[in-house]
Amino acid sequence: MALLELEGVEARYGQVRALHGISLAVEEGQVVALLGANGAGKTTTLRAVSGTVRRTGEIRFEGRSIVRGSPEGAARLGIAHVPEGRGTFAELSVWDNLRMGAFVRRNRRAVSADLERILVHFPWIEERRGQQAGTLSGGEQQMLALARALVARPRLLLLDEPSLGLAPLVVREFFGIVRMLNQEEGLTVLVVEQNANIALTVADRAYVLEVGEIAVSGSAEELRRNESVRRSYLGY
Amino acid sequence: MTEFFQQIVSGLASGGVYASLALALVLIHRSTQVINFAQGEMATFATYIAWTLIDRGMSYWPAFVLTLLVAFVGGVAVERVVIRPVERAPVLTVVMVTIGLLVLVNGAMAWLWSPEVKSFPSPFPSRAIDVGGVAISLQDLGILGMTLVTLTLLYLFFRFTKVGLALRAAAVNPESSRLAGVRVSWMLALGWGLAAMLGAVSGMMIAPTSFLEPNMMQVIIIYAFAAAVLGGINSPVGAVVGGLLLGVALNLIGAYAEFLGPELRLPVALAILLAVLLVRPAGLFERAVVKRV
Ligand SMILES: Nc1ncnc2c1ncn2[C@@H]1O[C@H](COP(=O)(O)OP(=O)(O)OP(=O)(O)O)[C@@H](O)[C@H]1O
Ligand SMILES: [Mg+2]
Repeated sequence: MALLELEGVEARYGQVRALHGISLAVEEGQVVALLGANGAGKTTTLRAVSGTVRRTGEIRFEGRSIVRGSPEGAARLGIAHVPEGRGTFAELSVWDNLRMGAFVRRNRRAVSADLERILVHFPWIEERRGQQAGTLSGGEQQMLALARALVARPRLLLLDEPSLGLAPLVVREFFGIVRMLNQEEGLTVLVVEQNANIALTVADRAYVLEVGEIAVSGSAEELRRNESVRRSYLGY
Repeated sequence: MTEFFQQIVSGLASGGVYASLALALVLIHRSTQVINFAQGEMATFATYIAWTLIDRGMSYWPAFVLTLLVAFVGGVAVERVVIRPVERAPVLTVVMVTIGLLVLVNGAMAWLWSPEVKSFPSPFPSRAIDVGGVAISLQDLGILGMTLVTLTLLYLFFRFTKVGLALRAAAVNPESSRLAGVRVSWMLALGWGLAAMLGAVSGMMIAPTSFLEPNMMQVIIIYAFAAAVLGGINSPVGAVVGGLLLGVALNLIGAYAEFLGPELRLPVALAILLAVLLVRPAGLFERAVVKRV
């Protein structure tokens, strides 16, 4: 059984239909990439999963339907959504941002232990804990958003274009951390990316969205070899 | 010099009352972007509840605590029943709703308790103590102390508890808060509940000197508005400092600028406010938030 399954999911903003019945699956322990042109519906797909857009169809998480759930309900089930633009609490301190990540958790001791483990990957955060999060650089905010999502100890991590606006080196560092967490701790990830090169390096599987529908899907390996994917998204 | 100190302390005492009420306005404005014009009437209503409890034979402090609880539940209920339905309505609609609430609560009080003036007990002795040659009224000291205790508790709650953090987060970024698992709509109701509690404290502190009647808070709410705007309508620290400053300033004007007379206190307060806003349109403490994209 897949950790996350979408079947014929449609989503709309008012009269605009953004998803025309898409189906996809994310297996436990996998990194799955979602590619596609601007406006294809990638962000909307993630929002459908976390419940931040109105949707119909079937969405199952750990076998249970969540299509009628709320965003806060999804968070409580263990879905951590780092939205487009990172969702930083700009006015709050760096440390309070991390505390917000732990909002769904009850066991304080386990949270502190996890924090220690997570901060190994982000050593600078300790030194900046009192700084207003909105004053961090874009790259730092993206790292903070990842750290915040990890503190929730999610069963499923949704990342929306984490590479947006970041220097290539920072992008590589970011995905390096994601891959490490996936391999060492079995973290399951569904990641939306414009940077198909790096996404297909890290991912096990990938889906390509075109105008609200799944156009291509397969293992990352297959997609890298797929002629049209190469031309449209990899650029060679 | 001693009289000057006495004036400062009693200014801080009434300033503390403005500060509590101003903070109530700020809490609500931060989370729901609503100016609650009914805040003063809600506070008076809570004070009437305390009066009733004490009148029925309850002693002061249990009545005080029970009133805070009732005020909290009442504040939550007002948000759920009255504000929630107009949450997405234009600002003017919401303003009209809170003004309607003001009129409604005011009328209800006159109907339930009659408009006649009632005396309200003070928990503090009416003596004065001698601090280095300065006689300071225990009333003033008590009110000031009460305000400081309330504000400190509130600060600790916002700073160190999970729910306090969630309240702050929901106010600045509701969407991310929901993604973090916060039930934002309940946080808004909670904010109204806390604001109603603050209002209740200010009502019970002012009632012994101003006497209890349905319009008791109508001038004080204007001072509270002035204090909130003076500090910056979204700044809790600003509301508190604004309230204290205003209290002291009004008291000093009352004591040393006698030619102005008591009927000019309110206009003077608003003149100070205008002068400050001309220099700092966003208030003394409003920070421009740095946002990077
Ligand atoms: N809030 C909204 N209101 C109306 N239409 C919207 C809204 N958000 C997205 N859409 C529309 O839904 C469609 C899918 O948008 P979506 O944001 O999911 O695309 P995307 O694949 O994430 O694009 P990008 O790569 O540019 O982020 C687009 O046609 C867009 O115009
Ligand atoms: Mg997008």
